[in-house]
Amino acid sequence: MAIRKTTGERIFDAINVALLSALIVIALYPLLYVLFASFSNPGELSRYRGVLLAPLGFSTAAYQAVFANPNIATGYRNTLFYVVAGTTINMILTCLGAYALSRRNVMWKRPITLMIVFTLFFSGGLIPTYLLVARTLDWINTPWAILIPGAISTFNLLVLKTAFEQVPPALEESARMDGANDFVILWRVVIPLSLPALAVITLFYAVAHWNAYFSALIYLRDRSLYPLQLVLREILIANQTGDMTGGALGGDVEPIGETIKYATIIVATIPILFLYPFLQRYFVKGVLIGAVKE
Amino acid sequence: MATIQGVTGAGVKPRAVQKPKPSFWHRVVKDFKRNKYIYLMLVPVVAYYIVFHYLPMYGAQIAFRDFIPTKGITGSEWIGLENFEDFFGSPAFGRLLRNTLAINLLDILLGFPAPIILALLLNEVSTPWFKRTVQTVTYMPYFISIVVLVGMVIDFAARDGLINQILMGLGMEPIPFMTKPEWYWPIYVGSSIWQAVGWGSIIYLASISSIDPSLYEAAKVDGANRFHQLWHITLPGISPTIVVLLILRLGAMMSLGYEKTILLYNPLVYDTADVISSYTFRRGILDANYGFSSAVGLFNSGINFILLLLANWLSRQRGGSGLF
Repeated sequence: MAIRKTTGERIFDAINVALLSALIVIALYPLLYVLFASFSNPGELSRYRGVLLAPLGFSTAAYQAVFANPNIATGYRNTLFYVVAGTTINMILTCLGAYALSRRNVMWKRPITLMIVFTLFFSGGLIPTYLLVARTLDWINTPWAILIPGAISTFNLLVLKTAFEQVPPALEESARMDGANDFVILWRVVIPLSLPALAVITLFYAVAHWNAYFSALIYLRDRSLYPLQLVLREILIANQTGDMTGGALGGDVEPIGETIKYATIIVATIPILFLYPFLQRYFVKGVLIGAVKE
Repeated sequence: MATIQGVTGAGVKPRAVQKPKPSFWHRVVKDFKRNKYIYLMLVPVVAYYIVFHYLPMYGAQIAFRDFIPTKGITGSEWIGLENFEDFFGSPAFGRLLRNTLAINLLDILLGFPAPIILALLLNEVSTPWFKRTVQTVTYMPYFISIVVLVGMVIDFAARDGLINQILMGLGMEPIPFMTKPEWYWPIYVGSSIWQAVGWGSIIYLASISSIDPSLYEAAKVDGANRFHQLWHITLPGISPTIVVLLILRLGAMMSLGYEKTILLYNPLVYDTADVISSYTFRRGILDANYGFSSAVGLFNSGINFILLLLANWLSRQRGGSGLF
């Protein structure tokens, strides 16, 4: 170190590190607590008072109950389907729209862009949309109600349009000389040159599908179609661990209910947290792409 | 359009042009022939926007009708502003307005500066691994789904939950947070900050990293310590970003999503928890009171529209890009 730190700076550094360390604890501890509690012995946990620094005893009973719960397995399967099918639909439509609106010399481009951007400012509201999907289209209890009404996120469309505009026009021209039409140019030229932006947008859509519960809540009645988040809502918020604790456990029902909640949270969050280190980089990029849109 | 003007105006003096300007229809046909695949691509996109955005806008007219589903939209009787009058006259109106505004204001007051402060603190960290660790850990809560987040909040804030266990450990009385209306705002805003503060700091960190390093060098030569640098270089350097984001945030003053609210609240705390969107959801979808709740929704959409236009205009005034 060429420059010596003054005492004031050293004090500041120490306070800064202390503050940020406290923040790490605040951000991380709730998750750690859930993890420790999920592996704890249900009886011991219910009697225990205070913070946990390790599992109390060790029990996988809660996980056994979670994995034995058919709703969670079905929920996982459905969510996987909604994420894959939904993101595919999102990406096809968003790519088509972004490509079309990023081209030069398209006469109706401006009015169509305006029509799309207007929807960011004004919406008909929840109820008319609900009536459209539930009554006019009659999509109650169908996966369409989950997949189609949010098929394009206008924000993502505009971000991708900006990314597509960065592709040098000369490449498009030369492809056109070789007889390529717009579909070929989109697939062979524009998409391969915009992969980072596409990765970001795909992730935004996929995570949104993974986290979504509201359209499932209002459009789905049939439990076999429920996504994971809706199953989680019943277990975590509506407090329905009853059918998992089962009659066999007798008087032990209340304590194991708590650990089941924690185990459910872990089971439902682990995939995201595992992918997280890989995704983080793309998401950070995504925030920045969105920020320098224009 | 640009090319067409370019072609007619190219080289020759306008008055000497022999051919008349191509008619509108001629240009439409020519454009359509040249861009037929583009328009083919736009068909599903435009269809999507018409069906899922513009049809609901058309359907929002049920706010002015005594809507009976079997009669259809136009078949239901037109009652003018009756639904709106019912809403403005109901005791819920003042409460919803107050809660929506209060939660937003609290979030702007506490939630808006939090990521800025975090970014500034992170920027002062000289140990790279520590900085990376803080970033990785604080971004993480952002990836927890809203259902899991609320589930955790309800569990921790319960009478025998983690927070009360800590309070009791410190010799304090336990508080049944989730049943106390006065605790709802802090819980809502606090959990939002917990989830989003790290994530929100990304944009400010990027903004800080784009500040010209020579400014800091010059300041050091002039004897500025790190606090001076923070105050006179870093903060002014990111202030355009702060201003634009603040304006956009103010544009969302009257909107508060139902996603988190309808999970977090319960009838005991409706008094402070109920906001316009959650009320629309309850009256509309749960009680099937479609016309009335559409009026509530339309009232909110209208206010949001005005606020967003204002925010967008302000942001452009400030030299920012505007929202769009």
